[in-house]
Order: sequence, then C-alpha cells, then structure tokens
Amino acid sequence: MSLGSSMRPCGDFRTSYASDTTIFATPVTRYLVIALIIGLLFVPLIGNPYLLNLMIQIGYYGIAALGLNLVVGFTGQISLGHSAFFGFGAFASAWLNNSLGVPVFFAIPLAGCLTMLVGLLVGIPAGRIKGLYLAIATLASQFIFEDFFARADWFTGGSSGAMAEYLTVFGFSFDTDQTYFYIVLFYVVLMFTFTSNLIRSRDGRALVAVRDHYLSAEIMGINLTWYRIMSFGLSALYAGIGGALFGHYLGFVSTEGFTIILSIQFLAMIIIGGLGSIYGTLLGTIFMVLLPELMEWGVHLTSGVFPDIVQSLAYIKEMAIGLAIILFLIFEPEGLAHSWKRIKAYWKLYPFSY
Amino acid sequence: MDSTSALLEIDDISLSFGGIQALKNVSFEVHSGELFSIIGPNGAGKTSMLNCISGRYHPQLGGIHFRGDEITHLKPNQRCHLGIGRTFQNLALFNHMSVLDNIMVGRHHLLKNNFLTGGLYWLTGARREELEHRRHVEEIIDFLEITHIRKAQAGTLSYGLRKRVELARAVALKPDLILLDEPMAGMNHEEKEDMARYIIDLNEEWGMTVVMIEHDMGVVMDLSHRVMVLDFGKLIAYGLPDEILANELVKKAYLGEEDDALDEEATSGEVA
Repeated sequence: MSLGSSMRPCGDFRTSYASDTTIFATPVTRYLVIALIIGLLFVPLIGNPYLLNLMIQIGYYGIAALGLNLVVGFTGQISLGHSAFFGFGAFASAWLNNSLGVPVFFAIPLAGCLTMLVGLLVGIPAGRIKGLYLAIATLASQFIFEDFFARADWFTGGSSGAMAEYLTVFGFSFDTDQTYFYIVLFYVVLMFTFTSNLIRSRDGRALVAVRDHYLSAEIMGINLTWYRIMSFGLSALYAGIGGALFGHYLGFVSTEGFTIILSIQFLAMIIIGGLGSIYGTLLGTIFMVLLPELMEWGVHLTSGVFPDIVQSLAYIKEMAIGLAIILFLIFEPEGLAHSWKRIKAYWKLYPFSY
Repeated sequence: MDSTSALLEIDDISLSFGGIQALKNVSFEVHSGELFSIIGPNGAGKTSMLNCISGRYHPQLGGIHFRGDEITHLKPNQRCHLGIGRTFQNLALFNHMSVLDNIMVGRHHLLKNNFLTGGLYWLTGARREELEHRRHVEEIIDFLEITHIRKAQAGTLSYGLRKRVELARAVALKPDLILLDEPMAGMNHEEKEDMARYIIDLNEEWGMTVVMIEHDMGVVMDLSHRVMVLDFGKLIAYGLPDEILANELVKKAYLGEEDDALDEEATSGEVA
C-alpha cells in the first residue's frame, strides 16, 4: 500500500469531517455489522442451546478481553491479573444483590464501577513502574485477590462461593440461555461501541500516545501517571461487567475459577485477536472459546482409531491453548485482525498482490 | 504584543548529571515574537537547554520564567497549557497512529472530553468538539502541505515528512513559544528550503516565538533575529547574527578557523 492510500472503494468521497470520522471504514461495513447484530437477535429463536451457550461465553469473555486489550494493546502496559478483576466483578454483583438488595439489573453496571475503583487502586503502581516490574506487581495483585476471594466470607461466601440470582426485570426472569443471550448481546454492543468511540476521541488517543512514545506524549500535555492508572481502571470496568454477566449466567460464583490460568487465557485472546484492535479482540475471544470445543470434536473423531485419547482430553485442551499462542506469536504476531486485513486486501486487489 | 518584552527568561541555570556539567550558569532572554537560535558544537548542551525549558530536565540551580511566571519545576505536561510546544531532534512521533491522529494529540490540552464523554461520543457533545478541532488541525495540515499523507501511518513515512508531521503536532498545541530541536537535520536542500519557509511563516504569520537549534549556519544566520552560542555548557556568545559570525570565541569553538579547535570538538561529545 502506498502512502496515504486507503482501502476505500473508488467514488467514496468524503465531503465533511463527520463522514470522515466514522467507526467503520465504509458505509457498507457499517450496514453489514448492523445486519449481523439484527441477525443475532434471531439466533435464540432457532439456535440450539449448545450454540447459545458458546455465544454467551464469547460475549462475557469478549467484554473482559476488550478491557485487557485497552491496558495491554492500547496503552502498552502489561497486566497478568485480569482474571482477578473478572472475579471481583462477579462477586461484587452477587454481593450487591444478595446483601444490599440491589436489583441485578443495576447490580451489573454497579459491579463494573466497583471493580473500576479497585482497578484504579491496583493501577497505582503502574503510574511508576513499567515492563517486567509491572508484570510482577500485577501478578502479585492476582494472588492477593485469589486469597481475598477465598477468605472474605462476607463478600464472596468464602470456600462455599456465592449464589447469584438471575436477572429479573418487571417480574420477567432472564433465566434461560435464550433470554439471557439478549442481555449479553446488549452489553457486548454497548461496550464495543463505547470503546470504538473512546479510541477515536481525546482520551483514547492519549492512551495510544502513552504507548507509542511516552516522552513526547508528556510534552503534548498528557499526564502520564493519570493515563496509566486510568487504563487499569478502565480495564477493570470491562472485566467487572464481564464477570458480573458471567456470575448471573451461571447462578453461582465459585472462588476457584479466577486463577492465573484465566488471566493467561485473556492474554491469549488479545494476542491471538490482535493487540490494539477492537474487532480483533472479538475474533480472538471466538477463537479461544471455540478452540477447546474443536479439540473435543477432534478427539471424539479420532477416538475410533486411538481409544485412549479420550482420557487425555483435558490435557489436549490445555496444550492446544499454549500451542496456539506460540504459533500465533511466530506466524501472525499482529493477530487475527491482521489476517482479516490481508484477506480483505487480497480480494480487493486480486489478481495483483499490491 | 510588545516586541521587546521578554517572553522567556533563563536566569543563571546550571544542570549537571553526576560529574558532567551540562549547563553552567547560562542566562538569556527570548523576546516575544523573536526567532531565536541556539548553536554550538555537539555536546555543548543545546538540547539540555531545550529540555530544561520544556520540562524534561529540571536545572539544579537558577530559574526559568515564562511570561514572568516561574516555571522551573513544572512538569512537562503542565507547560503546554502555558503555551510552550516543542519538536524533538530524534523523531518522536506516535508511530502506529495516523498522521491525523498524531496531530490531534497535539490538541489534547485544548479538548475537554474525557473517557466517559468520549465513549458516549454522540450524546455528550464530544463529537461536535472533536470535529471542531479537526477543522483547526486541517488548517495546520494544509499549511504544512501534508494533506496527501493525513491518513498514512506515521511510522511508515520518510524522514523529511516525519519531521514535518512533528512540526505540525507541535503547532497544534497552539503554543506562543515553539522549541525546534534541529528541524532541518538530515534533510536535502529542497526540504530545508521548505522547512525554513514554514518556520518564517510560523514566526511572522502565526505570531509564534521560535527557539531553534540548528547546525546549518546558512539557515541560522539568514533566519534568526538573535543567536546564542553554547560550548561545554557555557554561554560564549549572545547577540545579532552578524556579531556572532565575527566573534573570535565562536570561530574557535564552533565555526572553525584553526585545526586544533576541531580536535577539541571531537573529544567533547559526551553531553547530549
């Protein structure tokens, strides 16, 4: 691609700054995405429960992964404690509902805000340290939270976990996959739109500026400390909402689910999807949710030939995640978002290569 | 604006890194509306001087006053509100952003939307504000003739263009005082001519006071109203371009008359 050229179709001229500052590159893309969302509205009517379950998982993990991408991909910091925020959001929402009687409808966004406060607190070291040191600091916070979840009986129910009520609005209970799907879809659209807007406005640009060249960002009037801490707060907000959706979906929050493994999985989602890419985050999450399912399918397919393989399924799933990360780091370090761009360029420029 | 009033006053500042004295008791004034150049051999402390003004370094002794207010200990990000902008000697663009976004970052301190209002874009007036500032940014893009690359990723541009984008970003800060660290380094003759024209226009039409570090003596002597010469962190000459050219000390330290002066320059290159 030569300087300043774009993938815009010919004849698509912009005559106002507003039409040149859109979320989607072309109107066609916008209509396709809107059509896709409308199409998704019909999935619960026809889809099977298995498919719905996977899509709901993609939804709440995707929101949390988007938060991690804000801090790692867009602000260029490292966070190894993302699952702690995810867990905190799940417990906070259950606690708000159970102990304070806040309706679940409000508890989910409130849990997000509470988690954001916690994230701002955890982010304070990020204002001063970088790189490996920050990795260790966030790792420490991960373990502190794991311990907190196991011991804070008043908040999490300790080792017995917390019950999370189903979401109810005016007596209508979202207690099935079919109905809960709409709640998750709503939050996914909300959070992804919010992020797209954030990135094209003042504070989003400031985050990327801090990542790309913090010295000149400071000269441009960006308060480095505040933006570094804020990126942690924001990432916790997303994780908190994702976690709350997770809690109210399962109906029960166990203290054992939010380990370092989940944090690594979140990292895998954004690395595979593409650091610093919003739609890449969703692609990466889809990949990571489907990968174990694919492995399971593959194992059952080959179990006729290798009967013993079924017992190793759990290990195969874990190994597949590791292998996927390594392969992506080697062959597609910019993630699925970049693959998608290349595919688009291929179709657009065919039969030439550039 | 009174043309003889001092916009920037450097009052006897000293800066050292451990045993290395980068600046020794340097004092000078930059008048409002002036085009002021700092010259000197490599390692003389020119960039350290600029870093003190822009807040990257804080001098151990002495004070810096901008429009009469003490700014010596302000953080860099607090200084752009006062009207100080700068470019860097080694390119410091946000490489993964588009040229347009790079320049929009320059508007950061003038924009008011935050992560919440920015995220809600259409509902909070952030959209209107962003578009309004886009208009100002486009004026700068137009002025610096980088319209054709506004959507290009900054990291993919050629050196000369990147230098120009960096100037655009500094101009977007709407500074009263703009600090340019070697704006023409590594450029060919034609690019230098363009850049010289932009600098003169910024000074005369946009009304910015310019402090510039530059090695090209032709450019410095033609453009500058006044010149300051640093050598080993000390101010050795300060005045009109013609006076500087005639100054014996300057000839010895920098412009070069005798061979041993060159040897001295070669051994002094630690302090950047």
